[in-house]
Amino acid sequence: MDFILNFWVELGNWVAGLMAGWGMPPWAVNLVADIVGVVILLLVGIAGVLIFTPMERKVIARMQDRPGPNRVWPYGLLIALADAIKMLTKEDIVPTNSDRRLHMLAPLIVAAPALLVFAVLPWGPGLIGQNLNVGILFIVAIGTIHVLAIIIAGWGANNKFSLISTYRVVNQLLAYEIPMVLCILAVVLFAKTMSTQGIVVAQTIPYFIVMPVAALIFLICAMAEANRSPVDLLEADSELVAGYMVEYSGMKFAMFFIAEYVSLFATAVLVATLFLGGWKFFGLEKVAPVLAPAIVFGKAVFVVFCMLWFRATFPRLRFDHLMSFSWKFLVPLSMVNLLVAALVLKLTANVWGQGALMLLGNIILVAATILIFKRTVPKLDEAPALKRIVAVEPVPEVPPRNAAGLVEGR
Amino acid sequence: MQVPLSWYLVVAAALFCIGLYGALSRRNAIAVLMGVELMLNSVNINLLAFWRYVEAARGSLSGQVFAIVVITVAAAEAAVGLALIIAVYRNRHTVDIEDMDLMKL
Amino acid sequence: MTVSHVVFIILSAVTLIGALGVVLGRNLFRAALFLILSFVGIAGFYILLEAEFLAMVQLLVYVGAIAILIIFAIMLSRRLMSPEYNARNEQWLIALASAAALCVLLVFILLQVNWPTELSVVPPNTIEQLGIALVSPDQFVLVFEVSSVLLLVALVGAVIIARER
Repeated sequence: MDFILNFWVELGNWVAGLMAGWGMPPWAVNLVADIVGVVILLLVGIAGVLIFTPMERKVIARMQDRPGPNRVWPYGLLIALADAIKMLTKEDIVPTNSDRRLHMLAPLIVAAPALLVFAVLPWGPGLIGQNLNVGILFIVAIGTIHVLAIIIAGWGANNKFSLISTYRVVNQLLAYEIPMVLCILAVVLFAKTMSTQGIVVAQTIPYFIVMPVAALIFLICAMAEANRSPVDLLEADSELVAGYMVEYSGMKFAMFFIAEYVSLFATAVLVATLFLGGWKFFGLEKVAPVLAPAIVFGKAVFVVFCMLWFRATFPRLRFDHLMSFSWKFLVPLSMVNLLVAALVLKLTANVWGQGALMLLGNIILVAATILIFKRTVPKLDEAPALKRIVAVEPVPEVPPRNAAGLVEGR
Repeated sequence: MQVPLSWYLVVAAALFCIGLYGALSRRNAIAVLMGVELMLNSVNINLLAFWRYVEAARGSLSGQVFAIVVITVAAAEAAVGLALIIAVYRNRHTVDIEDMDLMKL
Repeated sequence: MTVSHVVFIILSAVTLIGALGVVLGRNLFRAALFLILSFVGIAGFYILLEAEFLAMVQLLVYVGAIAILIIFAIMLSRRLMSPEYNARNEQWLIALASAAALCVLLVFILLQVNWPTELSVVPPNTIEQLGIALVSPDQFVLVFEVSSVLLLVALVGAVIIARER
């Protein structure tokens, strides 16, 4: 019974014992175990693509009251395979004046950061790829390689639209990385460790109850980092014709596609780890640790559903609105949140007291923000300049027609 | 047997000299800046190698703190340097350092 | 020849090849990419020296910020016509000679000295110790505060210099 309850860890131990029993030296056993772990994590990442592609299409379609893909298998659930076959059979086009090596380099390194994040995400009490004690910092540092891959993609295409898209992408990604890092800092202050496993263990109360403002800011910034609507200027088909990906076709485009969905999955698991309590579920994980990966996956699916909900509901933000939203609103808000976190941690040492005080601080923060907005954002009927911009030309009166249908006096 | 300290110092010295050649012999101002960044990185390797092999035994963290300060200074210097290059490019439409040798426009 | 020796040789090859690619190439964008390769190799060195926090900071600040800044400056200051005809300026021969002489001198001196090394086990909570060291009054708080003022000054200065008139 113990074997079943703690299944994954026991399985790993049993296989390692088997290999040692065959006479392999310990370094070979470790090497094989590491390779198997890497393969499993890669498969988990790619399985995320297979699961979330049909989920996205069906969920957004149902929200928009249309059926969505329903031809491939009953209910259209194998749509990811159909996409893969389509992309494999397309012609590979390289623009003539571009830098060939750079054009080929970008798809190679765009999927790597998204898959590398899976190495430090905790799936259970003993199930983590590598328990780095700077795990969160590793995730943030790897995210910057994604920016680099996009720059190389945009530059290597020798296309003005690609370049404009690249500038916008880098601006957006760097601007939304800062509130993300500040919210992560607030969580790290509360958990007193940077390792992801340590953050899950330290969450006796899930952190989205303790600091909901930080959770919301992190969700928005994570969506912006993954180029999801409503902040998806770069792959907006009506704006920039797929942006930096416009010169890629076939398997190279598939790499960008895979990178986007894998980073969506990784971001969702990261949100679940940082704010929703990771593999904890009201004590269920102490009774049956075998269910811990399922708990994490369930929370990740919930977060992905919220992201898809955002995408189906909100219109796209204009680029300068996007930038001023990040720099002028999210950055000060997350900085104040960080200060409140530091203050609360000094005021009391009791965990429940800290949680309650932080929640109170967040509520005060939201109230203060709403008050400031009520005072400074001018109302439409009180600001003459705004009135001039949005004023509607008076509609000319329609002259009356008599019984014959003709206008009088003409 | 660990990697001896002198290996780290030799690699740092080689990196420093490559960066020095880049900073002194390139025509483009941004390439000069890249050489300077290489020199600063070689200094960081030196600092951390000495910290690990000499200071860590005494429990002090001054090597790491010094390396963080050098990274900070390098970031500040790269930002200001690139701002200067962009401002010069806007006025003279060139980033060639051979054309920037007169203060007069 | 243990594993750490092999890893050291691989990392130093990566770093030095990246550095040579920076200073010898003609295409400036590729030089920036070789610079990023060099930075990643140096981050590997930091991990070998058991300073993981500094390795992550190196990746975050150098690769994620400075390299992207350099690439932006390359993209913004590129005249759409001619590539660089000659990537080397007038004094490249003297620069090469003096850099090579300096390298030979430094390596010679470094290999002569008998370094007093005491290699011990690094305690596992260096991050905590680093955090305490940066803000405690008898260690490095002054350095920390002054470098934050330096960053503020650099930020304001860069914005003012690069502003459109």
